[in-house]
Amino acid sequence: MKSTNAVEKNTQITPDFPNKRNYLKRMKKSLPLYVLLLPTLILLICFTYIPMYGIIMAFKDYSPALGIWNSPWVGMKHFIQYFHSYQFGLTLKNTLYISLYSLFVGFPLPIALAILCNQMRIGMFKKFFQVTTYLPHFISTMVMCGMILIFLSPSTGLIANILSIFGMEMPNLLSKPTLFSSVYVWSDVWQHLGWDSIIFLAALSAIDPTYYEAATMDGASRLQKIIHIDLPLIMPTAMILLILRAGSLLSVGFEKVLLLQNPLNLTGSEVISTYVYKVGMQNFQYSLSTAIGLFNTVVNVIILLLVNWLSKKLTKTSLL
Amino acid sequence: MEGTLIQKFNKKSQKKKSWNDRLFDIAVYTTAILMILMIVYPLWFIIIASFSNPTDVTNGNVWFWPKEWKVDGYIELFKQEIIWKSYLNTIIYTVVGTIIALIVNIPAGYALSRADLFGKKWLSIFILIPMFVSGGLVPTYLVIKGFGLLDTFWVMVLPFAVSSFNIIIARTFFKNSIPDTLWEAAQIDGCGTIRYFLTIVLPLSKAILAVIGLWTAVGIWNSWFNALIYISNEDLQPLQLVLRRILISNESLLGTASGELASELRRLSEMMKYAAIVVSTAPIMCLYPFLQKYFNQGVMVGSIKE
Repeated sequence: MKSTNAVEKNTQITPDFPNKRNYLKRMKKSLPLYVLLLPTLILLICFTYIPMYGIIMAFKDYSPALGIWNSPWVGMKHFIQYFHSYQFGLTLKNTLYISLYSLFVGFPLPIALAILCNQMRIGMFKKFFQVTTYLPHFISTMVMCGMILIFLSPSTGLIANILSIFGMEMPNLLSKPTLFSSVYVWSDVWQHLGWDSIIFLAALSAIDPTYYEAATMDGASRLQKIIHIDLPLIMPTAMILLILRAGSLLSVGFEKVLLLQNPLNLTGSEVISTYVYKVGMQNFQYSLSTAIGLFNTVVNVIILLLVNWLSKKLTKTSLL
Repeated sequence: MEGTLIQKFNKKSQKKKSWNDRLFDIAVYTTAILMILMIVYPLWFIIIASFSNPTDVTNGNVWFWPKEWKVDGYIELFKQEIIWKSYLNTIIYTVVGTIIALIVNIPAGYALSRADLFGKKWLSIFILIPMFVSGGLVPTYLVIKGFGLLDTFWVMVLPFAVSSFNIIIARTFFKNSIPDTLWEAAQIDGCGTIRYFLTIVLPLSKAILAVIGLWTAVGIWNSWFNALIYISNEDLQPLQLVLRRILISNESLLGTASGELASELRRLSEMMKYAAIVVSTAPIMCLYPFLQKYFNQGVMVGSIKE
């Protein structure tokens, strides 16, 4: 801190001081910090930025024999091929549907849970409630999908057995394309609801207690306090999280979708990212797969910027 | 006269309020208990099912307690060499991967937290971009192949060790909890940046080390997709990929048989499913309540990022 101030003072006294030497001096001062950053930068360059260069494959006909640089340019051919294919409408529709569905369900529920938790007055119970609701978050996607398959099994699963007590029959949820999104979203709610509420709980605990006291004096009921104090005050946190979620609108929880997919529900479960995986790693159409992936990234960034801009206008909260 | 009227009114409204409050409390706790049951019961069911006869489970005879205790599932599971091998692999990947992640993310977070870092803005942007843009699946695959990392130990711990998010969390932590005056004092005593970081900052930052370390460890323990793409050698497979064969592909590790043996095999495979879930998830589930403090801190530290 001090040293930069000194340098700035210096430039003020002698305005014609050559800027270049100044930079060099400051760079030299930061040298040990660059050393600390070095491993990170090397890894980022090797495994994130060099692959970004590989994006040009999307505009070429990549062949392994020629390498990325020497493969012939084909312009937008792969994008056009994707946009004209049957899979385009299907994957786009499924991706948007599943992510909007999980946004509308998965966004308000954690807020509700945090408010519920905040109303509990028995400390021990509250703690127990938190530990239990956070617990499923640590189950791996693989095990979670295994559990879904076991529980939803139409003839022998737990839910089928429960329903049979009431004389009802269990439909095979995972073989119906239209029901896939519900299975995906609600199992996600079961797994992550508690965890996602932590951040709102923190925001709630930061609220100044005098607000509640004043409200009590005015005779507000607990429900009124929730509506007029809790909700408006956690809105900024909620907006930031909403922006972040919107930025990944086109990247649905890829691993889970891939694991729950089967030939029967494919028309309801094929999303862009699983399609990218299949085209690239199973059919080896490298250029096409990269083009679809690039399309996905570009749309994500555009949505992120758009929502960020909108939120800045409407609520004065923004990420960037 | 007037005073008593107001008192009466107050008493009445208070009584009404406390009734309202009580109803409200009942609603809150009923919802909470229902939610706890909905979360605990499926987990409990998996555990009892792993100790039960599969036919009892599928016929709906097991609800709260195993009808007869069976441990065949566990015995058969532990007889499989691949379970042990992949379990060991996962442990090694988790330990080494977590150490590498700490080495890569913590110092970077510290460097970015320093106000006198020259070029801080550009370096921050350079580190932030990967949060939103990436090369995508195929280009990354080709680069890793180009480095000759396919089917090696290192592909599981090195390429994806950098986490922009964790760097930001670390940066926020250092900014908020390590005072600038400390660095000025160290400087006067002739302490260099790196020595200062290693001997003074790190010992003061155990909380952030724990948070990021635990998060990375859980992430690696649960990950499988990188292994699916980059590892084809069975000796290097992590546990989650073996679980995929058991749980998702419905493959029996016991092989195939015909006739009477076939149904016995099916029975055992069914038990092994439940046992595999318990065995793979138990370590995290048992450790979590004790480490909860650190896990929650991670979310908090992340939330104050500007």
